[in-house]
Amino acid sequence: MRKLALSDEILMKIEKPARYIGGEVNAVTKKLDDIDVRFAMCFPDVYEIGMSHLGIQILYDMFNRRDDVWCERVYSPWVDLDKVMREEKIPLFALESQDPVRDFDFLGITIQYEMCYTNILQVLDLACIPLHAKDRTEKDPIVIGGGPCAYNPEPIAEFFDMFYIGEGETVYDELLDTYKENKKNGGSRMDFLAKACQIDGIYVPMFYDVTYHEDGTIDQFFPVNKHAPSVIHKQVVMDVTNTTYPQAPIVPYIKVTQDRVVLEVQRGCIRGCRFCQAGMLYRPTRERDVETLKQYAYNMLKNTGHEEISLSSLSTSDYSELKELVTFLIDNFKNKGINISLPSLRIDAFSLDVMSQVQDIRKSSLTFAPEAGSQRMRNVINKGLTEEDIISGAGQAFEGGWNKVKLYFMLGLPTETEEDMEAIAVLADKVARRYYEIPKDQRNGKCQITASSSFFIPKPFTPFQWAPMLNHEDYIERAAIVKHAFLNQLNKKSLRYNWHDAEVSVLEGVFARGDRKIASVIEEAYRMGCIYDSWSEQFDNDKWMRAFDNTGIEIGFYNLRERGEDEVFPWDFIDIGVTKKFLRREWDRAMKGEVTPNCRMQCSGCGVAKWKGGVCIESKN
Amino acid sequence: MKVRIKFRKYGILKYIGHLDVMRFFQKAMRRADIPIAFTGGYSPHMIMSFAQPLGLGVTSEGEYLDIELAGDITSEDAVRQLNQTMADGIDVVSFRQIQDEKKYSGMTLVAAADYLIVPKDMEETALREHNSETPVFPDNWNEALAAFLEQPEIKVMKKTKRSEKEVDIRPMIYDMHMEPSGICMQLAAGSENNLKPDLVMETFLKYVGEEEVKLHYHRREVYAKNPKSENPRFVSLESLGWDILSC
Repeated sequence: MRKLALSDEILMKIEKPARYIGGEVNAVTKKLDDIDVRFAMCFPDVYEIGMSHLGIQILYDMFNRRDDVWCERVYSPWVDLDKVMREEKIPLFALESQDPVRDFDFLGITIQYEMCYTNILQVLDLACIPLHAKDRTEKDPIVIGGGPCAYNPEPIAEFFDMFYIGEGETVYDELLDTYKENKKNGGSRMDFLAKACQIDGIYVPMFYDVTYHEDGTIDQFFPVNKHAPSVIHKQVVMDVTNTTYPQAPIVPYIKVTQDRVVLEVQRGCIRGCRFCQAGMLYRPTRERDVETLKQYAYNMLKNTGHEEISLSSLSTSDYSELKELVTFLIDNFKNKGINISLPSLRIDAFSLDVMSQVQDIRKSSLTFAPEAGSQRMRNVINKGLTEEDIISGAGQAFEGGWNKVKLYFMLGLPTETEEDMEAIAVLADKVARRYYEIPKDQRNGKCQITASSSFFIPKPFTPFQWAPMLNHEDYIERAAIVKHAFLNQLNKKSLRYNWHDAEVSVLEGVFARGDRKIASVIEEAYRMGCIYDSWSEQFDNDKWMRAFDNTGIEIGFYNLRERGEDEVFPWDFIDIGVTKKFLRREWDRAMKGEVTPNCRMQCSGCGVAKWKGGVCIESKN
Repeated sequence: MKVRIKFRKYGILKYIGHLDVMRFFQKAMRRADIPIAFTGGYSPHMIMSFAQPLGLGVTSEGEYLDIELAGDITSEDAVRQLNQTMADGIDVVSFRQIQDEKKYSGMTLVAAADYLIVPKDMEETALREHNSETPVFPDNWNEALAAFLEQPEIKVMKKTKRSEKEVDIRPMIYDMHMEPSGICMQLAAGSENNLKPDLVMETFLKYVGEEEVKLHYHRREVYAKNPKSENPRFVSLESLGWDILSC
């Protein structure tokens, strides 16, 4: 039997031991003698979540294609095992070799959402790696962060040796080669960091310092190491077709959140919604060749045996070969018992037709994300979906036999008025009215319109990065206004409204636009026992509030101010291609309620055309 | 055409529960290109049923699942294709055609199962060296075992989903004896009477006053009633099928 890090006694008493044993189909095993670099790739959440993430599968595959590198996986132990590992002093291990992570050359952590920050500390702590980069020694792995939250790495900067800013496919090879070279030459950890910071896209936080104004905002952010550049450029793969893609992803034994083949059809989004960080970070929109995707679909289904395939990207309806691809998938796989799982598509004749082919109309629901109730508000956020689109789309679907609709909204958007809030209920009611226009004998009982709202969180690198948030009580009050408005609607019995809790949103707001000072709160909360903050049953707001008190960090400073036009943001040293000038222009247009056309309609000069690829050149033809 | 697959489950696979083993085989069928049949409807699923669930932590060299085929494949090809896509800790032993009628399905037929019980810490060596010379349990257990089985009845509390009731497990122990490699037993299994080996061993350990001994359970075979005669009383589920030689 393969050696396991945990004893039989432990494995038999914890929940889902399969989370910790590795050995899944397509997991990669190598001999230590054959490799030079050991890379532990971590998603700081439980196995079922981490295993569902495409990015890690891409990097895992890409690293393991190199003969000299063995990339293994690490996830956060669930709270039951976390307790056992602390009690019995068992060091955190990687799944494939079951060896302690602290013996690796690298620990890579993908940072997908702010509420995983305490889990990053959990992983470091359980791995017996000092939490602070400055305390690490030659024995410790290089801790590298990446993913969307790395675009404002400052709140967690002191826990990382470096961040990789951008898409992983570009400079990892260079980074690994540099590491090998440095190791061969007997170079130290600091030697390596000094070399690594010269690689495009690599940010080494300890080589920078920050000074603040008296009001707490940043005065200056500057390199203190002569090799460190003052601006870090986002890495992008311009040719997303001819790059690596994992065609034999790992097949978990236990059911994970994304238990299916995932085809990433494109990167980026042409839409330009002003609240959306991903829409700005991943510009320009780059499509994968449809013939390549067909081949991937075939290979991946064959290599995994999954019974479902789904498409992944922002705004998948904008993928220009969508019809071709979906038709191919249905024609080739549906009769083999493969489920085709569609992302939420713009409702039109085509999407309704494919939806009726791949799902049971009686059970499935339609999804719209108007994000705001009134047209005025939708113009402010640049969400190009009109009431007409929603009502006519829903109408077509109702005629086709559907009777369930989900609507997603945000509350607390910049300039939002009470009228905008009430418009959420009014819009939901209009959808229900459209349903009841259908003669009674031709419709399928009552309809069910479910509206949900989350609270808007301003994110770095969006036109709303200057916007204030609200405090917890104000959010709840706004939800109450919407709730009340629902009770006044004609079809209130067919309408449901629910809203997300505001406590987590407030914290997310602080972390999203936080600076280096925030690290102390995260560490304090972790010391007080906070982990798995994204899991509502684990989240403990009282502890967090005490952590803020104990560290003297003011939530209001981060969340409640409207930031000034000239304020230096903690993330300003990162260049994502989209300019701050463009974002500010978009903020001004938002305040005037002006809509900006999408990238295919007209170029708005955001800055990413400098890469001369993707939608930026396509629309010029 | 109906087919019975026999497989082994050992090593780290003992931490994978019954439902996940089912999922594993569903995916394995696709990877191995086994022409398995599907049910109809909006969400078709594979026609596949397992004879007897295996508990978490238990290893086995005699597990069974029955499937229905929609196309042709020989036993040899099927076993090879499946084993090319198995994981470390699970492999296919045989792939045999069985009679089509429902009453011949593994799940309905199961009547008994063989187990080997070894000390927990000797799990790997004991299972590897079946004919070990040094006995793994104390010698005096031999007599204790004989006395244990001579009891006219062995009453234990048996937990069901809803309640707990006292049952006599003695009639469900068809055989129980010591070998150098461990305790071997044949127990009633299936939908009519089902006795779990850990319940027997807990009762026995209590009987010999060694409740702290930790054990590993290993299933060796699952049986059906012999349809042809009383002797032998049981035949393995595998023996009721025949190899598909050509298609």
